[in-house]
Amino acid sequence: MQTGTEIETRIVIAGFGGQGVVLAGNLLAQACVEEGKNVTMMVAYGAEMRGGTANSTVVISGGTIYSPVVTRPTIAVVMNTPSLEKFEPLVTAGGLIVGNGSMMHRGVQREDLKSVTIPATEIAHRLGNVRVANVVILGALIATADLLKLKSMERAIEILMAQKKAALVALNLEALRAGFAECRR
Amino acid sequence: MNAKTAKILLKGNEVMCEAAVRAGCKFFAGYPITPQNEVPEYMSWRLLQAGGVFVQAESEIAAINMVFGAAATGFRCMTSSSSPGISLKQEGISYITAAELPCVIANVQRGGPGLGNIRAAQGDYFQAVKGGGHGDYRLIVLAPSTMQELYSLTMNAFDYADHYRNPVMILTDGILGQMVEPIVPQEYQPLFDPAPKDYILDGCQGRKPRIVKTLHLQPAEALVEVNRRLVAKYARISGELKLSEEFLTDDAHLVVSGYGITAQIAKGAVLQARDKGLKVGLIRPITVWPFPEEPYLKAAKTAEKFLVVEMSNGQMVEDVRLAEQCRRPVEFFGVGGGWYPTIEEVLKRIEDHYPA
Repeated sequence: MQTGTEIETRIVIAGFGGQGVVLAGNLLAQACVEEGKNVTMMVAYGAEMRGGTANSTVVISGGTIYSPVVTRPTIAVVMNTPSLEKFEPLVTAGGLIVGNGSMMHRGVQREDLKSVTIPATEIAHRLGNVRVANVVILGALIATADLLKLKSMERAIEILMAQKKAALVALNLEALRAGFAECRR
Repeated sequence: MNAKTAKILLKGNEVMCEAAVRAGCKFFAGYPITPQNEVPEYMSWRLLQAGGVFVQAESEIAAINMVFGAAATGFRCMTSSSSPGISLKQEGISYITAAELPCVIANVQRGGPGLGNIRAAQGDYFQAVKGGGHGDYRLIVLAPSTMQELYSLTMNAFDYADHYRNPVMILTDGILGQMVEPIVPQEYQPLFDPAPKDYILDGCQGRKPRIVKTLHLQPAEALVEVNRRLVAKYARISGELKLSEEFLTDDAHLVVSGYGITAQIAKGAVLQARDKGLKVGLIRPITVWPFPEEPYLKAAKTAEKFLVVEMSNGQMVEDVRLAEQCRRPVEFFGVGGGWYPTIEEVLKRIEDHYPA
């Protein structure tokens, strides 16, 4: 959406509850703060729980953000098949889908948008913890979309995990870089 | 980065708590309910850091009555809940207004009626501004529409409460409560010089005892006098505290209005309408009680129509009609139960209702 001269990037991150879509949204938002961009993150809260579907939305803009409610994302990060099926039709033409091929039974079908699929869960497993698949796929998003610097995402991981999850900082940084490298090979 | 201007990333509910703590809130009692759970969660550790007291009460009713007691001792205090829980607090709210004690009550509105759902809604407007409890009383009701405003108005809420010795409600909703945005955590700046709290119960050694009460049986006119005093206070608040924002209204043919997050979404639609060459403006009440009539009456002189957007079946729309004294048609767009307006939908309604 365009208000004045600023173009918004509207990202939805979707997956099963437990795949870390909320943390992924928070990391993107923190990275925006690092770069001085305006950002709004909202979790589709509800009866979501581990095993159910969940999504978070992140709106990024150089200007004022008027609505946190995203109906037509410009980017969808999908962690599994149900999320692909739900959000593929909603992404705006010319948009981007970043998919977790490890958990998708099919590829992206639309031809009017860009898509990247990486085996995020397998990469995470290789790194020793399948739960960092969300951060692996963020690496792929950063490598593919001209959105945020890798450095800002690294800072976001350090900041958000510093207190309660300090032991996981190194693993998550590794996950981020692995996802990034997967798309830059 | 300068520490004073550094932005911090918080959920709306947490923004409200951080502002409350920095404004000197020393007592919080609450009970869990979605979508306000981050409030007691955040307060449970943050208030302790600031030397305050946090109580997870056994019920909403207990929580508001604990706040009643805390307010009587002169400490800045707060409770929060979401729609069904706020309904439970109404008896206590009526009592606190009768006792003329200051406190802050946050309603992070969700879908209703009944137990409803946990999506955001704005169905509690009537309850907040017309009085959800018994008796003739008023709450000062603040309706922030952005994270930064939620922060500043929460600080102001404590000042208004003390200044007018009246409960102040912060009327937010599940979207504002759950959104995560960076804010600049400005330092607390009191709005008023602190007046001595000559009504509090803090031990009566060396002075006459004070009594805080809401029952006035004898003489028969005693309660009438209390009511006269309240009427005078509410008139004073009405005269001093009507806050609103007027946005692109000067040349507007159509004026959109809404409060809270709905107003922010509507503002996005107003800007898009302007991009299309439509002369559209927006009036946003910041206090929904007292309701700022004047901007509407002024706009009615030049605009041809109003369009009110709410996440309800139409409640504030009645106050808009009263404010502009039915001089222009007032259209309504919205429904309760957890429906969210989008910029695209509001824009379409603007185009539909735009005067030919």
